[in-house]
Amino acid sequence: MSNSTSRDAILGRIRHSLGRPAQMPDTPPDTPDEVTDRLKNPVANLIPARAQLPHAQQIDLFIKMATQVSATVTRVGSPDDIPREVARYLADQNLPARVRVAPDAGISGLAWDQTMLDISAGIAGPEDAVSVTPSFAAVAETGTVMVRSGPDHPYTLNLLPDTHIVVVHASRVTGCYEDVWARLRQSEGHGNMPRTFLWVTGPSRTGDIEQTIQLGAHGPRRLHIVLVDDT
Amino acid sequence: MHRALPVAIRKGNNAMHVSTSPKFRENAHDALLDQSLQRALGRLKTGFKDKRSAAIAALPEFEALRDKAVEIKNHTLENLDHYLTAFEANVKANGGHVHWCKDSEEACQTILKICRDKDAKSVLKGKSMISEEIGLNAFLEKQDLQVVETDLGEYIIQLRHEPPSHIIAPAIHVHKEQVADSFRATHKGRDPNRVLDEPRDLLDEAREVMREHFFAADIGITGANFLIAETGTSVIVTNEGNGDLTQTLSRVHIAVASLEKVVPTLEDASTILRVLARSATGQEMSSYTTFSTGPRRAEDLDGPQEYHVVLLDNGRSNMLGTDFQDMLRCIRCAACMNHCPVYGAVGGHAYGWVYPGPMGSVLTPSLIGINQSGHLPNASTFCGKCEEVCPMRIPLPKMMRHWREREFEKHLGASSVRYGLKGWAFMASRPRLYRAATGLAARLLRILGGGRGALRSLPFAGGWTQIRDLPVPEGKTFKQLWEEQQKNKSRQDGGPK
Repeated sequence: MSNSTSRDAILGRIRHSLGRPAQMPDTPPDTPDEVTDRLKNPVANLIPARAQLPHAQQIDLFIKMATQVSATVTRVGSPDDIPREVARYLADQNLPARVRVAPDAGISGLAWDQTMLDISAGIAGPEDAVSVTPSFAAVAETGTVMVRSGPDHPYTLNLLPDTHIVVVHASRVTGCYEDVWARLRQSEGHGNMPRTFLWVTGPSRTGDIEQTIQLGAHGPRRLHIVLVDDT
Repeated sequence: MHRALPVAIRKGNNAMHVSTSPKFRENAHDALLDQSLQRALGRLKTGFKDKRSAAIAALPEFEALRDKAVEIKNHTLENLDHYLTAFEANVKANGGHVHWCKDSEEACQTILKICRDKDAKSVLKGKSMISEEIGLNAFLEKQDLQVVETDLGEYIIQLRHEPPSHIIAPAIHVHKEQVADSFRATHKGRDPNRVLDEPRDLLDEAREVMREHFFAADIGITGANFLIAETGTSVIVTNEGNGDLTQTLSRVHIAVASLEKVVPTLEDASTILRVLARSATGQEMSSYTTFSTGPRRAEDLDGPQEYHVVLLDNGRSNMLGTDFQDMLRCIRCAACMNHCPVYGAVGGHAYGWVYPGPMGSVLTPSLIGINQSGHLPNASTFCGKCEEVCPMRIPLPKMMRHWREREFEKHLGASSVRYGLKGWAFMASRPRLYRAATGLAARLLRILGGGRGALRSLPFAGGWTQIRDLPVPEGKTFKQLWEEQQKNKSRQDGGPK
């Protein structure tokens, strides 16, 4: 019910309230250059100093901030170490060895047969307790991991399993959110977004009962970050 | 809970919550005597406030970020039509739909039509204050749709048939024992002797129950913290992950948002996000910040098949260009109510409509009319804390004063207040008379006090002296004392300069 009458009425009232003349039909919109420019060439506003560090320190800050919000982080030397690290983590935490991974060559294509893990790739269902996914980037400022949806990264993997293990490449750790938008525009083209782009800052939590923070509200109880040193 | 709470009913052309705001004084009185509520409000005194202070102390740029955030919103509001049409064009370019709705009725009908077109039976909801504003749940339930709130706090109050009492912590007035009672009454087929003592037990049960709902949902409705014009994206800021599951597992994702949620770019949203969670819960960033654009892509393996944005005006376009335009900068962080002594004393339900606390006292009259909400602008001590903590620097006390003026002009206040104010104005504009009368009153009260220093009761002010004594004046007015002091001073200084 895309109601064009309501649309015109609302826009008309906005213009009237702002003291602008009514937009005449069949005339080009009077969008000021300031607005057009801002949308075409987005610029960063104020970036906190803590986000503007040399790359090695950004990585340290990322680990510190992620740990502060109850994520765990392990550093590994190369992508080949990922399966062993996942197996170690799950054994340490006494978690099931059945793992659903993203159908992303960088994850599902790893040498999982070195481990005793039961690996399958695809979307998450109700019975999946552990997932392993790639990430698009990570942000030092708040220890935030950025994941995007796509054919190689079903969105349900980020939310349904009790344990979300996410692989972050050190080269993809940046200082601030704005850096990530620049990278996304580079890879997708300006103005294009995946269906979902998610910032994950620690595991799911709630304080809705008596303001007592509990982890694992509806999303994962655990967020484990495998940080691959590729720099 | 015996207080008159707003119930959602359809009234004439307008489906929205009925306000009990006109009964604020009675509501507040009851709230002060409600011990269970007072115990819950006690938790508010630390919690959010302490965490906010700590988060702000850790970010030296916080004040400068506030200024930036204000600048972004002001610029957007001045160009609201342009940014909304850009947003609409980009939603469409990504395969989504935008529905412009003048009021609650139109928004509810629009959502109902989407549900009917999909033959939907169940509707899942992420937390959305706009859906509270339009009375969506009651409307859809009347049409025989099953509506389930997925946010833990919203779920609890849905089971208790209550409206939220706080905009980010809707069940803040509820104790864990009450949650356990609701769960036992609702979640049938479970061991009646199961342990539901601690928040963890309650959360685990809610999580299990909600999983079944997530996999059975037809329609997923969320709110939006931002709409991004540049990309046609809606953003939700959450901690539980319920909003994400709601909008991902359903066939259709509907985002319900009011006009002023739009910002120009991803960068602009990022700047405001830096002040939002810090002001709200004191987190540096909430657990999940989700940017949703259009329906699932052809090659995606999951995600909704349709994406709709219901864009609600409901009186906001009329606030532009008025004394209340600044209110449209509000990002619903709840810092104002977390710090408000009045909210802290009476809780959210006393305010009688969807939005409590200082932001509600300003917004509610704008949305439902001052005659429906006349007491709210008076629900303030004017301590100014709300403006001080507002990340968007909204001059809330000033706007409450504007509403008081309008309330007075419309003759909506109590007649005693009107006559009192008129009498005072008469005296105050006649300085000599005023001085004579106050001088007389000061002397009279001193005599009435009879040397006791305080009055235990006073004619015409029984309500005031019921719970406190009135200190007796020393016998002179401030002005008299001031003049004497000045005279003494000039004598000591050796005459006037």
